Amino acid sequence: MISREEVEHIARLSRLRFEEEELERFRHDLSAILDYVNTLGELDLEGLKPTAHAVDLKNVLRADEPGVCLSQAAAVANGPAVEAGQFVVPRIG
Amino acid sequence: MFSLTARACRDLLGSGEVSSTELVELYLDQVERVDDRVGSFLLVDRDGALAQAAAVDATPRDERLPWEGVPIALKDLLCVEGMETTCASRILKGYRPPYDATVVAKLRAAGLIFLGKLNMDEFAMGSSTENSSVQLTRNPWDLERVPGGSSGGSAACVAAAQAPWSLGSDTGGSIRQPASLCGVVGMKPTYGVVSRYGLIAFASSLDQIGPLTRDVRDAAALLDLIAGNDLMDSTSVGLPAPLVMPTRTDLTGLRFGVIREFLGEACEPGVREVFDGAVAAIHAAGGMCEELQLPSVEKGLAAYYIIAPAEASSNLARFDGVRFGHRSEGAVDLIDMYNRTRSEGFGEEVKRRIMIGTYVLSSGYYDAYYTQAQKTRTLIADDFRRAFGRVDYLISPTSPTVAFGIGERTQDPLAMYLSDLCTIPANLAGLPAISIPAGLSHGLPVGLQIIGPHFSEQGLLEAAYAVEQRLGLSALPSIAEAGR
Amino acid sequence: MSGETRPHSPAPGGGDGTSGEWEVVIGLEIHVQLSTNTKMFCSCPVTFGEEPNTHTCPVCLGHPGTLPVANERAVEYATRIALALGCRIADHTIFHRKNYFYPDLPKAYQISQYDLPLGVGGHLDVELDDGSVFPVGVTRVHMEEDAGKLVHAGGATGRIHGADYSLVDFNRGGTPLVEVVSEPDMRTPEQARAYLTQLKGLLEHLGVSDVNMEEGSLRCDANVSVRRPGAPLGVKTELKNMNSFRYVQRGLEAEIERQIAALEDGERIVQATVHFDPVTGSITTLRSKEEAHDYRYFPEPDLVPIEIDEAYVERVRASLPELPAARRRRFVADYGLQAGDAGILAANRPLGDYFERVAELSGDARLSANWVTGDLSAHLNSAGVGVEESAVAPEALAGLLALLGDGTLSSRLAKEVFQVMLETGREAEAIVRERGVGQISDAGELEEIIAAIVEANPGPTEEFRQGREKVLSFFVGQVMKQTKGQANPQLVNELLRKHLAG
Repeated sequence: MISREEVEHIARLSRLRFEEEELERFRHDLSAILDYVNTLGELDLEGLKPTAHAVDLKNVLRADEPGVCLSQAAAVANGPAVEAGQFVVPRIG
Repeated sequence: MFSLTARACRDLLGSGEVSSTELVELYLDQVERVDDRVGSFLLVDRDGALAQAAAVDATPRDERLPWEGVPIALKDLLCVEGMETTCASRILKGYRPPYDATVVAKLRAAGLIFLGKLNMDEFAMGSSTENSSVQLTRNPWDLERVPGGSSGGSAACVAAAQAPWSLGSDTGGSIRQPASLCGVVGMKPTYGVVSRYGLIAFASSLDQIGPLTRDVRDAAALLDLIAGNDLMDSTSVGLPAPLVMPTRTDLTGLRFGVIREFLGEACEPGVREVFDGAVAAIHAAGGMCEELQLPSVEKGLAAYYIIAPAEASSNLARFDGVRFGHRSEGAVDLIDMYNRTRSEGFGEEVKRRIMIGTYVLSSGYYDAYYTQAQKTRTLIADDFRRAFGRVDYLISPTSPTVAFGIGERTQDPLAMYLSDLCTIPANLAGLPAISIPAGLSHGLPVGLQIIGPHFSEQGLLEAAYAVEQRLGLSALPSIAEAGR
Repeated sequence: MSGETRPHSPAPGGGDGTSGEWEVVIGLEIHVQLSTNTKMFCSCPVTFGEEPNTHTCPVCLGHPGTLPVANERAVEYATRIALALGCRIADHTIFHRKNYFYPDLPKAYQISQYDLPLGVGGHLDVELDDGSVFPVGVTRVHMEEDAGKLVHAGGATGRIHGADYSLVDFNRGGTPLVEVVSEPDMRTPEQARAYLTQLKGLLEHLGVSDVNMEEGSLRCDANVSVRRPGAPLGVKTELKNMNSFRYVQRGLEAEIERQIAALEDGERIVQATVHFDPVTGSITTLRSKEEAHDYRYFPEPDLVPIEIDEAYVERVRASLPELPAARRRRFVADYGLQAGDAGILAANRPLGDYFERVAELSGDARLSANWVTGDLSAHLNSAGVGVEESAVAPEALAGLLALLGDGTLSSRLAKEVFQVMLETGREAEAIVRERGVGQISDAGELEEIIAAIVEANPGPTEEFRQGREKVLSFFVGQVMKQTKGQANPQLVNELLRKHLAG
């Protein structure tokens, strides 16, 4: 069973906020899922290389040619808070 | 007209029997008529579709492109410039992409008309579309049952004749499983055949866009329209050659391997029976079937539920309230804003997967989980490779069960995950796979899954066509028929 | 550059880095912004100082559904840097995602490199002022993308603490960066500064970056710790965001002082980021990393591996310009230049190119070196331009030097003519012809003048013959006066002596 501290730590890393009873529920769900996926430990995977890509491509590169940019208006159009053509974010420090 | 394939629509338009406006109105009417019950559509672009139709009608028939004027609907994780695209999530409410997905641009260039956006499990995470934050989609065959997921809206709308065809996405079975549950054709191409640029990412190394259609030939046509190497997607490859309409009816000389691991206890007897009927059809068409064991595919689910959430946890981190989408009001500082925005914006399943993903990537756990899962992937790919040394294609039921009841599995995430048992391994190995209707069990559709080697789309479609023709099914849910 | 790992030991020269009984350990992490046309993973132009968010696209804004595509030239430039630093180039290199949340990071992850970077195991031979050389190891060279720019608003200082809110501009986001990580081989702030200076010179030479610290195309973070000699490494702190070489040195000095004082007081050093304020000269410890970042690195699934073969490496190696150290050695060996002049000319690639052209045309390398490092450089410095913008082309300077060489001009006159060349852009020969400015080197002509003067001055003539050498200068002066300073001084001297000798 994953510990409460671990769940809180993961929530912090994920920038998620949970109420008390949610936290408990997640703790149970996560533990069950982790127990299930842990069954991979039964396999003998010695000497196998991990597959990061299903298809074997290499060296896909783009020529250093400029393309079209968005206008400032289009760039900030979806912004929840915008000032002087920039995205506003709350106090960081 | 209710069972029109896209090809039939194209022919009717081409012969002038029907105008594009009439055709679009036909489908919009059907949407209006049944969507209060089926709930496929999140957004219906009535005005846009009719405007496009008018433009098509104004073009002389002999100057039109082959598919010009044929309507289509799109899963709501495909970016359409200027059209609200939400992935059925609150966190993207109101988001209007500043660009078209590559597949969308291709369809636009081919003259297809977009009817609207289709419901899905939030961020494609789910197997029933019950994780949509917006609405429920119901299975057109039985409105108390799920359409499957995550492309539930895409499957239901084709089954309910609200569109001749649609696009969905498949990460662990999200096209094939709903296709199976809704009695339509659904195909996931080889990883890299279709560009992912503009597909809002769930699990980058597994996601692919694919067609949901009435029949195999339509699937071939739609796949051909959207396939292709794309400069905007480093992982895209395209097809080795353009697809041609499948014509094969004789399966003589083809060998099919039945994946034993997918016929275990999880598989319902009714499903098994229908599947056996499909095997008989293959024999009748001259094909050979033998049972094969691919032992590692049983671990596919576990590997998937490490890899997919891991990639998703990273892909979904960009939803932070800064540049688009929902932002929580009244946060005291940045971190508070992040926490509140994401907690308010994401549903439970999404949060669960983000948490799992973050956990398996976190310091100290990466090797135990992520690396192990990626190695399991190699093992599974090897098993498939070995199998394809013996047989041409692999078959299994697409889903171990028929459509289950709404609410039946929502309390138990693991039970829900089991829906994808048969479909996940093809994603892990990047293989093309198609689901075609194979029959009914207690009145509910059962799908046959056929998996092929990498880039075998043409052959796979040919084999599927032959089986489809042999099975000769034509049943439709009543909701698709009434009122015509 | 053979690319093999050179054995190196902590820098001995220029001070052993102990302060009292403390040894200082410094490592530098440099970020170089590449001067490619476009960003690392999208086709937006790389710019500086534009209106906010005018050089962005869905990809570098991190819009959902977008994907990265790697810039071919960025890979080439990064390979150049790695080769110039003597690194071994990986034959298989991949990108990783570095996951963390910050407003200037649109995807909430930076595409970077982790355990399979482009280059490893290099070094830079750093020269100190006293001429000694010490090698600093280069652990790795890797590629990554830059973040956007944050401006903190609403507070008094424009700094992050005290700001009410912040504004984000993504123009810079996605610009290609190369990170060069040194081994912790430096032992004094001077060594660190020398490493930084020379690394900058090298990068400038490669033509891969503007390497301008004020503009941010060269950034330096320093890791510094202290320990008793022989003890294990102390806890290190990180000095970030220093935007000049001087600040790097002063910042390190201040932080070293702080650490030593703290340790001598019995305190422990806490791993933290520290900020040096150049105005007050003080060090502030920023909020220490209570939870060290867990970046959850994993291979970037949207990008495929880059496989680099020998042919590519050789092609890039062949395209490398002659590097400063090699050029300096060649200038000394082939042209016989003094080490000082050779150093100046080798450090600046265009200046070195200019010099070589002049030397080739004039046939007198040392003279050419004198003029390029002297009069020409003086002009360039006062005009504030680079040699590419010099009003005098190498051919023109060579023409002037030819007139010097054949005696038409004295060096004083040559300097005058040079000024005229700078002002008018005209060639030396034309100026000389026009102004009648030309050194008189005709022995016959001079002898006539000398004869006349000697005859007119019997007194001094007798004095000279009596052995008073000093009188010669009187005669020289007279000849010069007569010839308006244009007589060839050596010849005058020679002829006078002959004539006076009788």
